[in-house]
Amino acid sequence: MKQVLHLRVNGQAHELYVEPHKTLLEVLRDELDLTGTKHGCDLGECGACTVLVDGTPILACLALPIELQGREITTVEGLAHGAELHPLQRAFAELNAAQCGYCTAGMMLSAKALLDRETNPTREKIRDALAGNLCRCTGYEKILEAVEVAGREIKK
Amino acid sequence: MSNVIGTPLAKIDSWDKVIGAAKYADDMNLPRMLHARILRSTMPHARIKSIDTLDAEELPGVVAVITGRDVPIEYGILPSSQDEQALCVDKVRFVGDAVAAVAALDVETAERALQLIHVEYEPLTPVVTMNEALDETRDAIHSGEHADHHNIHKMVALEFGDLDAGFAEADYILEENYFYQGNTHLALENHSALASFSPDGHLTLWSSTQTPHYVHRALAKTLELPASRIRVVAAAIGGGFGGKTDPFSHEIVACKLTMLTGRPVKITLTRQEVFYCHRGRHPVLMWVKMGVRNDGEPTALHFRTMLDGGAYGSYGVASTYYTGALQTVTYKIPAYKFEGMRVFTNKPPCGPKRGHGTPQPRFALEIHLDKIARHLGLDPAEYRKQFIVDDKTKTVNHLTITTCGLRECIDRVVEASGYGSEKRETRNESQESKIENQKSKIKIGFGLACGSYLSGAGLPIYWNQMPHSGVIVKVDRGGGVAVFCGSTDIGQGSTSLLAYIAAEEFGIDVRDVRVITADTDLTPVDLGSYSSRVTVMTGNACIQAVRPLKQKILDAAAEKLLVPAESLSFRDGEIICEDDDARRLKWTDAVVLTEAKHGTLSGTGSYKPPKRAGPYKGSGVGVSPSYSYAACVAQVSVDIETGQVRVEKIWLAHDGGRALNPLLVEGQVEGSVYMGVGEALMEEMTYRGGLHKAPSLLDYKSLTMNDMPRVETFLVETNDPEGPFGAKEAGQGPLLPVPPAIANAIYDAIGVRIDETPITPDKILKALEEKEKGRTARFGPKNFPNAPYPEPLHVEPPEDAPRLERKKG
Repeated sequence: MKQVLHLRVNGQAHELYVEPHKTLLEVLRDELDLTGTKHGCDLGECGACTVLVDGTPILACLALPIELQGREITTVEGLAHGAELHPLQRAFAELNAAQCGYCTAGMMLSAKALLDRETNPTREKIRDALAGNLCRCTGYEKILEAVEVAGREIKK
Repeated sequence: MSNVIGTPLAKIDSWDKVIGAAKYADDMNLPRMLHARILRSTMPHARIKSIDTLDAEELPGVVAVITGRDVPIEYGILPSSQDEQALCVDKVRFVGDAVAAVAALDVETAERALQLIHVEYEPLTPVVTMNEALDETRDAIHSGEHADHHNIHKMVALEFGDLDAGFAEADYILEENYFYQGNTHLALENHSALASFSPDGHLTLWSSTQTPHYVHRALAKTLELPASRIRVVAAAIGGGFGGKTDPFSHEIVACKLTMLTGRPVKITLTRQEVFYCHRGRHPVLMWVKMGVRNDGEPTALHFRTMLDGGAYGSYGVASTYYTGALQTVTYKIPAYKFEGMRVFTNKPPCGPKRGHGTPQPRFALEIHLDKIARHLGLDPAEYRKQFIVDDKTKTVNHLTITTCGLRECIDRVVEASGYGSEKRETRNESQESKIENQKSKIKIGFGLACGSYLSGAGLPIYWNQMPHSGVIVKVDRGGGVAVFCGSTDIGQGSTSLLAYIAAEEFGIDVRDVRVITADTDLTPVDLGSYSSRVTVMTGNACIQAVRPLKQKILDAAAEKLLVPAESLSFRDGEIICEDDDARRLKWTDAVVLTEAKHGTLSGTGSYKPPKRAGPYKGSGVGVSPSYSYAACVAQVSVDIETGQVRVEKIWLAHDGGRALNPLLVEGQVEGSVYMGVGEALMEEMTYRGGLHKAPSLLDYKSLTMNDMPRVETFLVETNDPEGPFGAKEAGQGPLLPVPPAIANAIYDAIGVRIDETPITPDKILKALEEKEKGRTARFGPKNFPNAPYPEPLHVEPPEDAPRLERKKG
């Protein structure tokens, strides 16, 4: 049975009519056409669907939107400031931290949550913050570098 | 020139990826689109007695249900292995084999409908292990035409040079068994396909495939449509590693369903389905016998492999040959015998994964060399360096070495890591911590290994005389350049590479080049992203397409500037005269002049690798325009109480020829190291009966960011004559030395040999226990099954191959 749902995504309010068992990942992709958030496993194992809820990373494949009404949800489409990219986006592109690009959205959002708390995290802290986001392409090396570079950019 | 080549630039498609705009197949939706799901076998081996789809068809929301009778035509990636059906007709061969499919208004309805399909199976005894596959009393998985003998899919035996003489010359002979466990690609994107059929009979498929051209052919065959009315487009691909190089059941099924319903149909596999569909690394059992002189010089090598192929052929014939092809391209081997066998089992079919058939024998060979070096009291690094192949020579099995930077690769990683020197002790541990280390349960060790991989398969999958890679370049009168090529970017940057080459050649900004790829309607054929072929092949085709165009532009500019065309060159968006600074033309003006003179500006390029296959059956596998080389040092710490191994650091030097974009080459090296460490320590596909033990990302262990060791990368840039701007491959080769380097480091740390992957704590503890009891301090396969390898084909080595010098009576 479909229900009315009020969801704030990337600063925009949406009134949706969806079945309450639909996950946040499904609603973002299928109802709002925000396909930057990816299905990787649908079991909370890979981190590809990571989005921010009030600044905290959550796995959209395990979250029910009905519980997130009134909260601020941020997806990869909401990272840039208008046409100006977020420093993480610029660093990920310029340092080749995105190879196939499938983990990239989740990776950047986990990193954003960290950099919002501290702009100069140690490698250990970055590793801990991003350990739930799997990447099969990069060996993580360039991702670590990109997060550090973005942190320095934000500090400026 | 505009100094694009060799510069660490961002990939041109990175920007779409960081804003979430890149469209992967599952991100695409079309009006009236249906969602399809596939019913998969719950039996590892069974005959299908009946399939009743009536209940499913009657479920509201279901639009179509199909079974094997609707798509019965057999297909497979290799012409010699046409043994698959999109949906099984008579028999299922592994848990996960596709049996029926439903298209419905939404995914949930399609899934409910699957539960209403009633399949009656007649179970057959499953063939699960390689030993069971050799047992002729078991049921055959395939009919005779698809197998060399019963459940033996393929048998090969080749002998190059005089093996007996080689062993007779040896002062020391070492024999050992090794096992490399199967594992999977685990690309983060699950396979997805979207198909659409138009009323005038045009079929379009968007798919996460590394090989749209081969999918194109498979669709034409299985759907009985003219290829001219089928369009295959590779969407953005969320990781490949070889896992998206076969034509897949779900691609054919999506197409069949759109043809039947007249509505677009999308199928996205679940993570569990991908574990079963797989086509990953073959488990390979190996027996190695090597003879050397007292100084370590190899005199003969005998290599026997047995591959657990799973239920279908896939690339298996090639995989089998690959387990024997590249042992000869690193060190001088004067006599070589290879016996390979692939068996069918009722498990998910194996195929190509990064390194395709070569990481397994490389693991065995590099551990074997480490053992030999230690036995002879030689430094494993110096030892290897003495016998490295020379440039411009051939191997005993007729492979051509153009350039080999392996010696320098070894030097670089040895120097940086302090491997083998006293320096390393003091360098990596203070005296204090060294004493601490001796007392402690944590032991530190260093290991070295090397590897080599081909820069593209020298022969296509199906026999033909056409180019392997085609490029069309079009120059717009506004100055924009469009490059069209069938190549598929799986994240490695092949699309960007075409832009770099065009920009370099025309002396323009990379942003003025658009690249259109992987669309069988729009782009000339490139065979696909496999065998590390793309940089060398598309790069050469692109140069070939561009150069005549450049000449036309120079001629037109010369006419305008009243100077000889030879004095002009392309630089920073201009055509400039080397002799007269004042005589210059803007690129855009030159283009307009040229189009006025010659008409529409376009050029084509076609690349075919040099014909170098040796004079024997099977010589097509392993032959390549060039070979990359890599050397690796691994530093590990081993906890002797828990058996836990931690890879502390990896030093890896890679000779990939000239690095066209060092940032992307580093990315390939780091990604390869990551995958190699995972395969060495934890990744494995294991089964209970025919059931996968761990078909999820949580249970199938892979490295997280916390597990990943530090990597120090060195690019050794040989200038290879076969490559565009001297480039060779980088995507697969750097993986090869990593697992054996780790195994050798573990030996260095705790004095036990682990001769199989993954090297898990239980194996370490068992080997330590053996050591304690005074038995062979080793964990690994003890014997090799008695299998009916055929008589070898004797092949005379080429003139310039390493020769056996007879020193003994």
